[in-house]
Amino acid sequence: MNAVSKIGVVSCSGECCTEGTISRIATRIVLEKLRPDNTVTICLPLFSIGEQGERMFAKFFPTIAVDGCDKKCAKNAIEKYSGKTARSIVISDLLKNWNIKDPSPRRQLNKNGLEAAAKVAEEIAVSMDAIFKRGRQS
Amino acid sequence: MKSQEAAERRSRDLSDIVLIIPCSGIGKAFGSISREATYCVVEDMKKGETDTLCLSSLVMGDEDAIRSVKSHRCIAVDGCPNECSKKNLQLLDAKLAANYRVVDVLRENRTLKPNAITFLDEDGLKLARILAERITSKIDELSERGTVR
Repeated sequence: MNAVSKIGVVSCSGECCTEGTISRIATRIVLEKLRPDNTVTICLPLFSIGEQGERMFAKFFPTIAVDGCDKKCAKNAIEKYSGKTARSIVISDLLKNWNIKDPSPRRQLNKNGLEAAAKVAEEIAVSMDAIFKRGRQS
Repeated sequence: MKSQEAAERRSRDLSDIVLIIPCSGIGKAFGSISREATYCVVEDMKKGETDTLCLSSLVMGDEDAIRSVKSHRCIAVDGCPNECSKKNLQLLDAKLAANYRVVDVLRENRTLKPNAITFLDEDGLKLARILAERITSKIDELSERGTVR
């Protein structure tokens, strides 16, 4: 079991839907407030243009994919270019489970959307703690 | 006959829409500014004439998204010199009509110092507005040339 110091949180950043905005803001909350010393974010499109720093980080450190919709672009990108994700979170599924309705608009989240982002951030932080606890199992 | 004409008009109108593709950057204010500039154009300044889509879905080979960037004029809006949006559109052989970088706009407006990332501060919003106006002018220019609308 290896000790884990950093975890990559990769948001899909989806611009076309509200769930993408939630994924991005939740990721920023983790980075800025909840786990600032242990979080690294990665720009997803950098993967596809061959940025080695991003790909290598995701290869050697655990990653959590935070996707807005079930296309799972973040999860698929990490697994295509670097390796298996430690956890995959899909915002649209969580909103359904939590019965959160109308978090629109995508450009500026309303109260429901901001609350959803805060809850997703907590979910990410809990997942990070679980990964730290068990170390990287690979 | 009329319904055929209407279908052709719809098809032509759809192909006239310009897609504005921001870079999806999340680590710096530049990415947030590129996104806000895009929303300014798509939702306020050129509503109905423009649209956006997720760069992530393009990157991951979403067929609908790829078909869209091949059949519509695209404007890439990148935050930093990595130019992820422009490069990914070029890789996909999209119809790239223009590209902009937030860093260039920032260089020309050195008094503005955007700091906030998650929720843009005043300077970040000003830069986004400047960039959005530039994109809008480009769309007007393309339109005058008869390449859009």
